[in-house]
Amino acid sequence: MEAALLRRMAMWYGGLGLLAAQVARSVALPRKYFALVIHEIDVMGVRSLGVAATAALFTGMVFALQSAINMARFGAENYVGPLVALAILRELGPVLTAILVGGKVASGITAELGSMKVTEQIDALRSLGVNHIKRLIVPRVLASLIVFPLLTTLADFLGVLGGMVTMGLERGADMYAYINTTTYWVVPRDFLTGIGKSVFFGVIVTLIGCYNGLTTQGGTEGLGRATTATVVQVTMSVIISDFFLTKLFLILFWPAR
Amino acid sequence: MSVLVEAVELRKSFETVDVLKGVSFSLDKGETLVVMGGSGSGKTVLLRLIDGLSQPDAGVIRLFGQNIEHLSEEALLPIRRRLGYVFQGAALFDSLTVEENVAFPLHEHTALPDDGIHPRVVHFLSLVGLDETVLPLLPSELSGGMRKRVGIARALIGQPEVLLFDEPTAGLDPTNSKMVGELISALRSGVCDTAIVVTHDLELAKTVADRVAVLIQGRFAALGRLDDVLGSRDPAVQAFLTGEAR
Repeated sequence: MEAALLRRMAMWYGGLGLLAAQVARSVALPRKYFALVIHEIDVMGVRSLGVAATAALFTGMVFALQSAINMARFGAENYVGPLVALAILRELGPVLTAILVGGKVASGITAELGSMKVTEQIDALRSLGVNHIKRLIVPRVLASLIVFPLLTTLADFLGVLGGMVTMGLERGADMYAYINTTTYWVVPRDFLTGIGKSVFFGVIVTLIGCYNGLTTQGGTEGLGRATTATVVQVTMSVIISDFFLTKLFLILFWPAR
Repeated sequence: MSVLVEAVELRKSFETVDVLKGVSFSLDKGETLVVMGGSGSGKTVLLRLIDGLSQPDAGVIRLFGQNIEHLSEEALLPIRRRLGYVFQGAALFDSLTVEENVAFPLHEHTALPDDGIHPRVVHFLSLVGLDETVLPLLPSELSGGMRKRVGIARALIGQPEVLLFDEPTAGLDPTNSKMVGELISALRSGVCDTAIVVTHDLELAKTVADRVAVLIQGRFAALGRLDDVLGSRDPAVQAFLTGEAR
């Protein structure tokens, strides 16, 4: 039982790695495929704006509210601004965007590619002499490189704004002081490390969605299983890789602390 | 006659099941080979191996004089363009219209402008008996027989040297089955004269075959002219042909 599970896991990780290598080899797209990248940016990004914006705004608001009440007990309510901003920029912005948008996007990719797989449309592409990695996978990965950092930037902005508005309306905070404290403690590196994470998250969730779609077996029932597995794997991958990326960025950009 | 397709001792297994246990044949230019066999006998697997969609465990596949069994996916692409594969379920791209489906190979592999592609699409659809009214339809709006014909038109538009048909009459009523058989025969005069047809339909074999192979338990139990195969004394072949195989 354990041996079979280990074998499946090894095959999944190995397959994902091989797909990543194939994507890297096929990344130079012909000009006629640029329209596919634009289409994917629309599908992945524009249609996920609502999810990303709502989640970030309310996360910033609730984070500020909780922090203000508890930090007031230590007389540190003035530091809610930088606390919210640092949490949003470094962690919550990129991670929430990757989990929510990534889950939505990757499960959609799995469903679409899985459906193509079980109806032999991917084999049809191959039989017509078309490189299916270039046509189906690379445009999605390239789109994710653009979409996830942009959505994370939007989430960062709305999260910080949500915190600020909540502090102003709920706690009567002085906005001038709030902004001053925040900009004093928050540096561009905080924002950039979050964006760095979002690039990695975008690629990994897209690859998981694509790989699970391309390896779908067992008809419509298998398609359902693959789509569910994608949501779980995307969530776990983002949470686990976030720890290692955080560690890496701390070593690279905050070596003295 | 030049040999376009050659298979030597092809073997393929899936987990513990040996599907092909040493299949050999060659296909000359201008010839139609019909591969018959029961469900699950490995006919489709054989066709996929020939197109390079799957890799054999052992054996040699030679297309147009070139061994393909160890070629990478990238290296196989230009070879596949010389073949036309008609899938059992047509495998049309379900988000594209009939026109976009048939035009797909030209958009991918040529620099033809749209106004150069449209008349070709109409021409190849007319070859399979469809008119311009189907152009804007999605595959889901077509009958099974129409989907098969659109699939044939898409395979033909790249002007392949060999056509591979996977169960072209499966799921069709007798009228449509007869029409598809006549269409495959008609294509031989000027469009594509070489084909491998995988089927369990004896009537289709009688309509289109130059030679017939019967695939039983992973091997060709018979391979030759239709009359010779029909007259085979092999009990397994006779059992298949008379519908008494178990």
